[in-house]
Amino acid sequence: MRSASGSDKTAAAPRRRTPLFVWRVVMLIAAFAAWYALTSTGVLPAFFFGRPVVVLGRVWDWFSSGKIYPHLGVTLVETVLAFAIGTLMGVAAGLWLGLSPTAASLLDPYIKAANAMPRVILAPIFAVWFGLGIASKVALGITLVFFIVFFNVFQGVREVSPVVLASVRMLGATRRQLLRHVYLPSATSWVFSSLHTSVGMAFVGAVVGEYLGSAAGVGYLILQAEGTFDIDTVFAGILVLTAFALLLDLAVTRAERHLLTWHPRAPADER
Amino acid sequence: MTAAAPVLALDRIGVEWPGPAPGAPGYVAVEDVSLSVGRGEFVSVVGPTGCGKSTLLNVAAGLLAPSSGSVLVAGERLSGLNRRAGYLFQADALMPWRNARENVEAGLIFAGVEQPQASRRADEWLRRVGLSGFGDRYPHQLSGGMRKRVALAQVLILEPEILLMDEPFAALDVQTRQLMENELLELWSAERRSVVFITHDLEEAIALSDRIVLLSAAPRTRPIGEFPIDLPRPRDVAEIRLTPRFLELHGRIWAALRAEVLKAYAVSQRLG
Repeated sequence: MRSASGSDKTAAAPRRRTPLFVWRVVMLIAAFAAWYALTSTGVLPAFFFGRPVVVLGRVWDWFSSGKIYPHLGVTLVETVLAFAIGTLMGVAAGLWLGLSPTAASLLDPYIKAANAMPRVILAPIFAVWFGLGIASKVALGITLVFFIVFFNVFQGVREVSPVVLASVRMLGATRRQLLRHVYLPSATSWVFSSLHTSVGMAFVGAVVGEYLGSAAGVGYLILQAEGTFDIDTVFAGILVLTAFALLLDLAVTRAERHLLTWHPRAPADER
Repeated sequence: MTAAAPVLALDRIGVEWPGPAPGAPGYVAVEDVSLSVGRGEFVSVVGPTGCGKSTLLNVAAGLLAPSSGSVLVAGERLSGLNRRAGYLFQADALMPWRNARENVEAGLIFAGVEQPQASRRADEWLRRVGLSGFGDRYPHQLSGGMRKRVALAQVLILEPEILLMDEPFAALDVQTRQLMENELLELWSAERRSVVFITHDLEEAIALSDRIVLLSAAPRTRPIGEFPIDLPRPRDVAEIRLTPRFLELHGRIWAALRAEVLKAYAVSQRLG
């Protein structure tokens, strides 16, 4: 539409885009208004559903006093570490099993079992193994990220075009060069296609880990507030987490666009 | 040509795919095929669709080990990949994650050539195939014809003695195809590599080649005739199709090919 030559069309494009954004904001305000109306009139008990004014005040308070930043920082570090380590492990395992059918068929039932298991349940074990610090949350995040990346890379390696493979071999590539110049780039594109999910999972691992036992992090703030039935703070924590997750997703989209220039389907158009 | 060993010789090649169960009879794709290609010779292999032409080419490339017979490259028995051959595939074989220049230079990089020198030579080859200025484009940003040119440059930059081509222009439209055929002839006449060109298009084969080998219909494909093409060079593939000698050759070879095409068609009808 942007390339349309008619001046009326180019003028129509921004005019049509603005209402969408406005409507989104209106929806958000309406949701808060409904929340406010329902709790202040007593239709919904404020004790259980919180008071939006207090919730927003709490969020404002956190950011203006800077009290939230160390907690956000901890959650962010856990997320990034879990994502980075989980992805590395997933790529390594995916490449290995993708290239070695014997090992793949040998380990197949165990991988399926490990993937089917609800891994959040491992959090208490990790807390015992790695303590209540960052490590146990990172470990939980890794178990969530690993399988997503692993399955994508495994699939990616198996679906490398046989023609490209034969062609690169004819061009004289050694086995190691094949790995570096064909399997790895091909697998990388599959990693990127799962990036949104895996970053989200790393975040889930961090927050759930904090929630189940920690001394810092946004999940910890929520846990503490729950302990004193401070429902307003719980909602404030949820709001901050949601906004943070959106920011993470935005960062992933940016990274994707930058790193996958070769990809025929621009990732942004895909969704 | 007769004194020295041929650059490429297939000696009684047979390819049999295993049957559905152990002990069951296999599918004999190619049987007892002998073919030799002299230095600088352009040989086309023509046969009905599905006759195992690509199988034969894969054997010559060393990508597929024959069930019987042997491949001789410059008189030496081939084991493993054919390092003296470049292979131009029918399907897109460019690495989609590398731009045109990186695709063309890939073979040099694999061989250990330094990056700046490889890039320089890749640019030179892109210019030769008419794509200077397109080095930074990724394959999906190029048209089908441009991708074929990149693939051609990618193979030719390694200066292979033997060029194996598997219906490389089949997916192109007629105009692009004739352009590419002329460019191929030009590049070939400059360097005089030996070429094995697979096609099911008889006109293309006559226009390009020194010699045509006809294959029978599948299964048990074998050569059923050889025709030297004595058309003068340099040729223009579009114009040469109109000359009387071309039509005469076409008539003769088509008469031989026709029966096989009908046979292949009958098989496909039975299977379908």
